[in-house]
Amino acid sequence: MKKLMIALLALLPTLLFASGNVHLDKANYDLTDKASLQSGAKLFMNYCAACHSTAHQRYQRVATDLGIPEELMVNNLMFTDSKIGELMKNNMDPAEGGKWFGVTPPDLTLEARLRGPDWIYTYLRSFYADPTRPFGVNNTVFPLVGMPHVLEELQGIPTAIYETTEHEGVEHKTIIGFESNGQGEMSSDEYDKAVLNLVNFLVYSGEPNKLERQALGFWVMGFLVILFILSYLLKKEYWRDIH
Amino acid sequence: MLKKLVTGTLDWIDARIPMTETWNKHLAQYPTPVNFNFWYFFGSLAMLVLVNQILTGIWLTMHYNPSAALAFASVEYIMRDVPYGWLLRYMHSTGASAFFVVVYLHMFRGLIYGSYQKPRELIWIFGMLIFLVLMAEAFMGYLLPWGQMSFWGAQVIISLFGAIPIIGDDLTLWIRGDYVISGATLNRFFALHVIALPLALVALVFLHIVALHEVGSNNPDGIDIKVKKGTASAEAKGQFTFHKQYSGKKDIIDAIPFHPYFTVKDIMGVCGFLLVFCGVLFFMPEGGGYFLEAPNFEPANGLKTPSHIAPVWYYTPFYAILRAIPDKLIGVMFFGGSIVILFFLPWLDRCKVRSVRYRSWIHKANIAQFIICFIVLGVLGALPATPLLTMFAQVGTVGYFGFFIALWLYSKNEKTKPLPTRLTFK
Repeated sequence: MKKLMIALLALLPTLLFASGNVHLDKANYDLTDKASLQSGAKLFMNYCAACHSTAHQRYQRVATDLGIPEELMVNNLMFTDSKIGELMKNNMDPAEGGKWFGVTPPDLTLEARLRGPDWIYTYLRSFYADPTRPFGVNNTVFPLVGMPHVLEELQGIPTAIYETTEHEGVEHKTIIGFESNGQGEMSSDEYDKAVLNLVNFLVYSGEPNKLERQALGFWVMGFLVILFILSYLLKKEYWRDIH
Repeated sequence: MLKKLVTGTLDWIDARIPMTETWNKHLAQYPTPVNFNFWYFFGSLAMLVLVNQILTGIWLTMHYNPSAALAFASVEYIMRDVPYGWLLRYMHSTGASAFFVVVYLHMFRGLIYGSYQKPRELIWIFGMLIFLVLMAEAFMGYLLPWGQMSFWGAQVIISLFGAIPIIGDDLTLWIRGDYVISGATLNRFFALHVIALPLALVALVFLHIVALHEVGSNNPDGIDIKVKKGTASAEAKGQFTFHKQYSGKKDIIDAIPFHPYFTVKDIMGVCGFLLVFCGVLFFMPEGGGYFLEAPNFEPANGLKTPSHIAPVWYYTPFYAILRAIPDKLIGVMFFGGSIVILFFLPWLDRCKVRSVRYRSWIHKANIAQFIICFIVLGVLGALPATPLLTMFAQVGTVGYFGFFIALWLYSKNEKTKPLPTRLTFK
């Protein structure tokens, strides 16, 4: 049944190869959803962290903010010999990484602030089989990307659906969607959900104080509104003898 | 008992430094035109932002590391590991943009009410020097986070000096301290950003105010509030006593003391400003990608050029002028000229009437087209250059410089409206 199920994994109406013009799906992440953040952290540490560090962030901070007990964090989410208070580096030698992938896998602490949550969400759902590439996959959001499809285990490797159009006698092949090969552990919806959790975690990593900032902001704004009213009344009182 | 102690202490100090005298001369008995409107908030707000930048800057410096290897990481360390470091950093980064917002509005005020005209030329010159130092200060500060846009923005701007004939290449080398932007550049920019330029800025602000208090503030009517001794009626002179420095030789009309009237009014202005400032700071600190640019969340990499390099929004009008000219050297000359020409404003405007309220329709139209061109150039400077947009930028450049040329031409024999003898409220 699963094998027969053909799903359009992403509805990408106008996929253009030039980056910047790619249609990005909206990532409806929710920083208050701890379960989602924990699940995202789990995915990140298991699938991404071997190559990509989040070296501006500390393990302990993640554990505290996400409500993960320290022991669980140490035993299940830390795969280096780091101490819990240390920065989330990894064991990959940057030069070696560069040799293996053509480019050193970048640190992802700030990826969500650099490229935006929508970009990551769409990117991780836009890998497709391309035998001409070293790792057998290509990506519509990041063409000729050096990274293999690390979430293949979960998604399988989709095949691209092409549409051939003719323009001034020249045939153009455009990717209009993807077709699952049915090899993944997850259904298309489950996979989208998993990627969204991962995006949520990366948004959190980009700015761990975001919720605190906004919460504090409401108090500050409230205080300032009162202060503004008082200062207006004070001014009015003083200026009564002028006009 | 307590009162005796207080007056005793004050007398003791006053016998040694002129504290009460200074307070009276510059605040409690300083005559201020009664009809200051909305546009007069931005001077005190600029002062507030300057203090904000200096204070948050001091605390940021305690944790920031000015080296190519550690600068980027130390900023993220401030954002994550320093208690309320994120607040300090956002106050400083939002403050940088806020500084330019209030300074541009402050300059606009001077422009429409003719506050640069005789006898306030030096106030304008000091103000322009503040603006110039502020641009350098912001430019050097922007390199410090050592992100991609920090690096490449600095690369583009410093390379402009290379367009100067003969000395150009040596000059860029001298500025960078290296053949490329490197840790050497970062270190000297840090030194200039935290010590040299703030000192210059504070000194210039002091002179700006000394010059202002010597001649007194202009006002929305652009008429003098200091009239010939013995000519003003008691009603015009009002109920207040002003410092003899001002009232000794002249009669002062329609004025009120700065303190408490404008201190309480400016406190209200500060609260209003802080509402906007904190709204940005707490809810959109990236300012839609204009206050903190997305590419700057990636560490500087000299081998990877970003697809689109744009300066921060406050430079974009001048940057658009630079790009509008096809030739690099001439472009740089126009770029520099667009700022230099502002210094000459007091002499380019030959009209005797200051305020736009009593000037000709042609002056009003000229100011309007100037503001439109300035904003359009600002928008264009942030966008990638295309042939069509470059054409718009060229039109904007003509409008920008045309303002000054037209002003010089028509202001000599401008048909102005009759001036009031007393301040008006509108």
